[in-house]
Amino acid sequence: MSAAEQAQRAKTTRNAWLLVIPALVVLMAAAIGPLVLVLIYSFLTPGDYGNVVWSFSLDGWQKVVVERDIFDDSLHLAEAHLTIFWRSVSLSLVTTILSFFAGFPTAWFIATRPANQRAFWLFLITLPFWTNLLIRTFAINQIIRNEGLLNTILLHLGVISAPLQMTYTEGALLIGMVYVYLPLMVLPLYASLERFDLRLLEAAYDLYASRWQVLMRVVLPIARPGIVAGSILVFVPCLGAYVTPRILGGGKLMMLGNFIELQFGQGRNWPLGAAISIVLLVIVMAALLVYVRAINGEKRDG
Amino acid sequence: MAAPVISARNLVKAFGTGDFAVRALDTVSLDIQQGEFFTLLGPSGCGKTTLLRLFAGFEMPSAGTILLDGQDVTVLPPNRRPINTVFQSYALFPHLTVAENVGFALKMQGKPRAEIDETVAKMLALVRLEAMAGRKITQLSGGQQQRVALARALAPHPKVLLLDEPLSALDLKLRKEMQIELKRLQHETGITFIFVTHDQEEALTMSDRIAVMSAGKVQQVGTPKEIYTHPINRFVAAFIGETNFLDAVGETGGARLTTGDLIPVEGVLHGPVTVAIRPEQLRLVAPATAGAIAATVRDLVYFGTDTHCHMALVDGTALTARLQSPASGDIGLSIGDRVGVLPMPGAAQMLRD
Ligand SMILES: Nc1ncnc2c1ncn2[C@@H]1O[C@H](COP(=O)(O)OP(=O)(O)OP(=O)(O)O)[C@@H](O)[C@H]1O
Ligand SMILES: [Mg+2]
Repeated sequence: MSAAEQAQRAKTTRNAWLLVIPALVVLMAAAIGPLVLVLIYSFLTPGDYGNVVWSFSLDGWQKVVVERDIFDDSLHLAEAHLTIFWRSVSLSLVTTILSFFAGFPTAWFIATRPANQRAFWLFLITLPFWTNLLIRTFAINQIIRNEGLLNTILLHLGVISAPLQMTYTEGALLIGMVYVYLPLMVLPLYASLERFDLRLLEAAYDLYASRWQVLMRVVLPIARPGIVAGSILVFVPCLGAYVTPRILGGGKLMMLGNFIELQFGQGRNWPLGAAISIVLLVIVMAALLVYVRAINGEKRDG
Repeated sequence: MAAPVISARNLVKAFGTGDFAVRALDTVSLDIQQGEFFTLLGPSGCGKTTLLRLFAGFEMPSAGTILLDGQDVTVLPPNRRPINTVFQSYALFPHLTVAENVGFALKMQGKPRAEIDETVAKMLALVRLEAMAGRKITQLSGGQQQRVALARALAPHPKVLLLDEPLSALDLKLRKEMQIELKRLQHETGITFIFVTHDQEEALTMSDRIAVMSAGKVQQVGTPKEIYTHPINRFVAAFIGETNFLDAVGETGGARLTTGDLIPVEGVLHGPVTVAIRPEQLRLVAPATAGAIAATVRDLVYFGTDTHCHMALVDGTALTARLQSPASGDIGLSIGDRVGVLPMPGAAQMLRD
C-alpha cells in the first residue's frame, strides 16, 4: 500500500467516526446518562418526601440485603427483600423453561409447515401483541379468579367442590408470564429451525440414532443460537416484569419491578430503589454474558 | 449363485390416493449379490430414489417385501437396518467436525471411545482426509464433503451402502476422480454398493450389474456388456448409448426393412419388429457391394475421435453411422454421396417393442 493510499484510508476511517457521532450522542443521552444518574442516586440519602438529599450514604445499598431492627437497631438480613430477589429469579427461570417446552414444539410445527402457510402461523403467534398488555393480563385474571371462567366450569362439571385459589399465587404469575413472553421464545426458535435442513433428520436416523438421539444430538445443538436468544428474550424482561405480578400477584407477590416502583413511590426511598435497579441490571448483564459465551462457543466448536 | 445380500420382492410404492395416485414403483423384484457394485439407471422420475428410500427404510412399501440376508426387514426403521446412505446433498452435520461426522454412527451405537477414534482414523485415511479431521464441514470443498459423506456412511461397516446420485453436484473432472475413488473404496471395503445415476456412461464404466428402470418398472438387469449389446427392448436400447431403430418384418433368416433390404439377424421373431443397430456397428462401403443397403449422405458431424454420418435410405428412413476419424480428420465423404451400408455380423437386434 502506498503512503497516499494509507492516508486516504485513514481519512475514510476518520470520516466514518464523524458519521457515528450523532448516534453516540443519542446513546449517551438516552442510555448511559440516566444509568449514571441512577448509580449516583443509589449513593445518596433519601429525602423525607421522596427524592434525595445530596449527601453521600451507603444506606441504600445496605438496605438491599440487610435491615435495621426498629427496636434495638441491630442489623439482620432483609428476608423480605431476599424473598423478592429469589422469587424474581426463580420465577423468571421457570418461565423461561416452561416457554421453551411450549415454544419449541410450536416453532418446530411452524417451521415444518409449507412455506406459504408459515406467515399465517407466525401472525397468530404475534396476534396478542396487538392488544394492550394490561388488558390481556386482566383477561387472565378474569379466567382464573375464584368466580372466574375456569372455576365456574370446573364447579359445574363437579371436578371441584370449592373454587380453586389461583389468583395471587406464584402459579398465577407463571401462567401470566409464560403467556406474555411465549412469543419471544417462539420467534427466535422459529428463525433457527426454519433454516434447519430436514434431511439431517433422515441422515441421523439412517446412522443408527434413535428419535431421542436425533433430537438431542442434531436438532437441539443446531438450534442452539435460537434457544439461547429466546431464553434471554424471555428471562430478561421477566426479571423486570411489573404489570403481571402487579395484577395477578395482587401487590402481595412482588417481583423486582414492583419492588423498585414501591421504593420510588410509597416507600420514599429512592437510593434503595436505585440500588435495586442496579442489581437488576447486573443480573441482566450476567445473563447476557452467558448468551455471548454460548454464541462464541458455537463459533469456536460449532 | 450365493444367496443375495439384499432382495426386493414385488415391491410396489404408490404415492397419493384415488385419481392422484402415482405408482413410483410397480412390482420391482431384484436380487443383489454380496460385494456387488449394482447400479440403478433410468430417466428422471422413474423411481430410483424411491427404491433406495425403501431399502434404507425411510418409506414403507405399499406392497412387497425387502429381504436383507434372507431376513424380512420391510418394516424395520432405518436406525435398525445395517444399511447406510450417502445422500445426494451429503446431509453432513454442520455443528460437528469432520471426525465427529464420521464417528456419528458409532457413537449412536454406543461403541467405546477408543474404537470410535480408531475407526474414524481408518475411515479418514481411506478417503484421504486425515489432515481435515478437526475441520468444520463448512470449511470443506464439495469434493471433500463428498468424501466425508462416504466415510461417515462406511464407518459402521454396513451390509449395503446406498448412494443416490452422489456425484451429480461435482464438476466433470472431480466426478471422474470420484468415480475411480468409489470403485477403489468398494473394492477395499468389500461392501455392497447400490448406486443411483441417470448417467449411462457412469453406469457402464462403474457397475458390475445394472438395472435399467423406466416408469417404476425394472426393464432389464444385466452386466454393462449384456445391457449394451443385448438390450431387451426399445427403451433400454435407446437409453443406453445411441441406436438406430428401423421398422421391419421378421422372417426366417433376418429382418426385411421397409426398403425391401434383408438384414441378417440371429433369433427368430416373425411379424412386425424393430431392428436396433448401434451406429458404430455400421460400415460404409461402395454402393454396389453385395448385401449393402443403399443410402445417401445427408449430414456429417465431426466429433474429434469419430464422425457421425447421417444418412437416408431410399424410402427416406434415417440412419446414422459413427465412423472413426482418420488422422487427417477427413473421412472422404461429402453430403449427397451415394453409399452402401453394411451392418457388422451380429450387430443387428430384433426387438418386439
Ligand atoms: N413423497 C412423494 N409424494 C408424491 N409423489 C412422489 C413422492 N416421491 C416421489 N414421488 C413420485 O414418484 C416418482 C418417482 O420419483 P423418484 O424420486 O423415485 O424418481 P427418480 O428416479 O429418483 O428421479 P430423479 O432422477 O429425478 O431423482 C415421481 O413421479 C415422483 O413425482
Ligand atoms: Mg432421485
